[in-house]
Amino acid sequence: MTSRLEARGITLAYDQRTVVEDLDLAIPDGSFTVVVGPNACGKSTLLRGLARMIRPAAGQVLLDGAPISSYGAKEAARRLALLPQSPVAPDGITVLDLVARGRYPHQSLLRQWSRADEEAVRRAMGATGVAELAERVVGELSGGQRQRVWIAMVLAQDTPLLLLDEPTTFLDIAYQLEVLDLLADLHAGGEKTLVAVLHDLNQACRYATHLVAVRAGAVVAAGPPSEIVDAALLREVFGLVGEVVPDPQTGTPMVVPAGREARRSGTVASTSP
Amino acid sequence: MSAPAESQRCRIADTGRPEIHTVGAGPWTVRVHPRAVAVVVGLAVVAVALGAVALTLGDFPLPLSRVLATLAGSGSRVDRFVVLDLRAPRVALALVVGASLGVAGAVFQSLARNSLASPDLLGFTTGAATGALIAIVVFGAGAGGTAVGAVVGTLATALVALALLGGATGGYRLVLVGIGLNAILVAVDNYLILRSDLTVATAAQTWLVGSLTGGDRTTVAVVGTGLAVLLVPALGISRRLDLLAMGDEAAGSVGVPVASTRAVALGVGVVLVGIATAAVGPIAFVALAAPQLARRLTGTTGPGLVAAAVLGGLLLLAGDVLGQRLAAPAQFPAGTMTAAIGGLYLVWLLAREWRAGR
Repeated sequence: MTSRLEARGITLAYDQRTVVEDLDLAIPDGSFTVVVGPNACGKSTLLRGLARMIRPAAGQVLLDGAPISSYGAKEAARRLALLPQSPVAPDGITVLDLVARGRYPHQSLLRQWSRADEEAVRRAMGATGVAELAERVVGELSGGQRQRVWIAMVLAQDTPLLLLDEPTTFLDIAYQLEVLDLLADLHAGGEKTLVAVLHDLNQACRYATHLVAVRAGAVVAAGPPSEIVDAALLREVFGLVGEVVPDPQTGTPMVVPAGREARRSGTVASTSP
Repeated sequence: MSAPAESQRCRIADTGRPEIHTVGAGPWTVRVHPRAVAVVVGLAVVAVALGAVALTLGDFPLPLSRVLATLAGSGSRVDRFVVLDLRAPRVALALVVGASLGVAGAVFQSLARNSLASPDLLGFTTGAATGALIAIVVFGAGAGGTAVGAVVGTLATALVALALLGGATGGYRLVLVGIGLNAILVAVDNYLILRSDLTVATAAQTWLVGSLTGGDRTTVAVVGTGLAVLLVPALGISRRLDLLAMGDEAAGSVGVPVASTRAVALGVGVVLVGIATAAVGPIAFVALAAPQLARRLTGTTGPGLVAAAVLGGLLLLAGDVLGQRLAAPAQFPAGTMTAAIGGLYLVWLLAREWRAGR
């Protein structure tokens, strides 16, 4: 397994509060890696650390074998893109203008727009199905459309690595699946490595090729969902009593929490034959 | 000459309307916003016309034809003295000071992602005044010393504001810190004036209302040079400031060096305000309104530095002309005029934001 993006013994802290301590993680090339964990476990912090938004207090993030801090801002941005949790669409900006901003790392003061930029923007808008929205104002779109526009922006950046921080938050279930399907399609294209933080464990199991379970700033387990997700992991990571059954639609692991009474007594009523 | 500039349009969707305009020569392509270019040219024309009119106004009225003749090099000795030595520096000073304030306002508003984050509301202008007053009252400084005091005062206020903000430059926190600083500095200003004798207090008060009457060629040259020099880094980080509007992380993700962009922007903005305030005293409203009006006129999202500069110059010149003519022969200082108009504008702006629920 090769990894273009790797964390080696990183410690991430805000001021004095350490969130992630001495963590090692390698993102397998070509994977759709999904990071899961309970609230405030440090999964978003970890993603921000991997995307060079937080400078580690200790350890290093390696991008293509070199410390990510050794890259220039644009140089790193040509290899790795991050879609943050709540980016701000400037007042009155059109879809096309926003998507075109993804091309910034490929441009310079005297070369502000090229054929390659046009091509990349066209492709990104096509892949996310927002081409017909090109002239609409972003603020007037529905939540699902807006998220697709932001994904189009990071796609236009044309990076081999794409990191997304809770891309489905605040979306209705149908839009959540729409966004995840889109990410799965991008991954199936074979050119991109995706890393996403997701809230919903069942969705994570459906879409991830590589799952990373985080608890209290440490990686508890990492691997294909079918190999690592079981009742023990559920209890260890989320402190949840329940069972894991095959998803009736996809066969991937599916979490079924135990009933209220059973969870209180810590036992699981077995339903499987 | 290189290949002739060619204009190109990018069509992403087949909506029939071109959306991204570029102008290129050889390997170079620069994005342009046709409406913004038209607006800037239009505003510049209006500013020049208003400037010409301003040269005709005063106790010694001159018809436009004689002003133009004098500018072209002919004209009587009196005409030359009135136009070139008395009036032209004042018009030029209004333009360069207004432009400096417009650029500074655009920079601060972009930086804070907050349309209220102008140097006058942040307390920087009052800080400049405090610095100048300390120079006048405590050190008995002349024009040069007052200017140095104003620049130092601006810098000191900005540093204190930054320390109080602790890195957060967004939202109402910024405005609240500004209000607090402003209140303290106004109190200090009043104290300084109260404890000084009448002559000094009068000199200080004259400076405090923000007037363009004292403008001479040296002042114009200093402010103009400062503006020209600082515009280079300002324009250099203009696109980055535009991208910063998406939030630090989204901007960082596309390759904007967030920390260094912030530092350069703050430095440029603070020094521009310091120089402009040192030259003419505190001028309200221009730094607040010019960038916003410019953005509305051009229909673009970025900081729009050039449009803000041109509109800032135009606004201050208009304020000065109005102040001279509104109740002639009584003269209102430009700063009083802009403060009066600016107060109304601010009320409107706050009411609008309040309705928008922000």
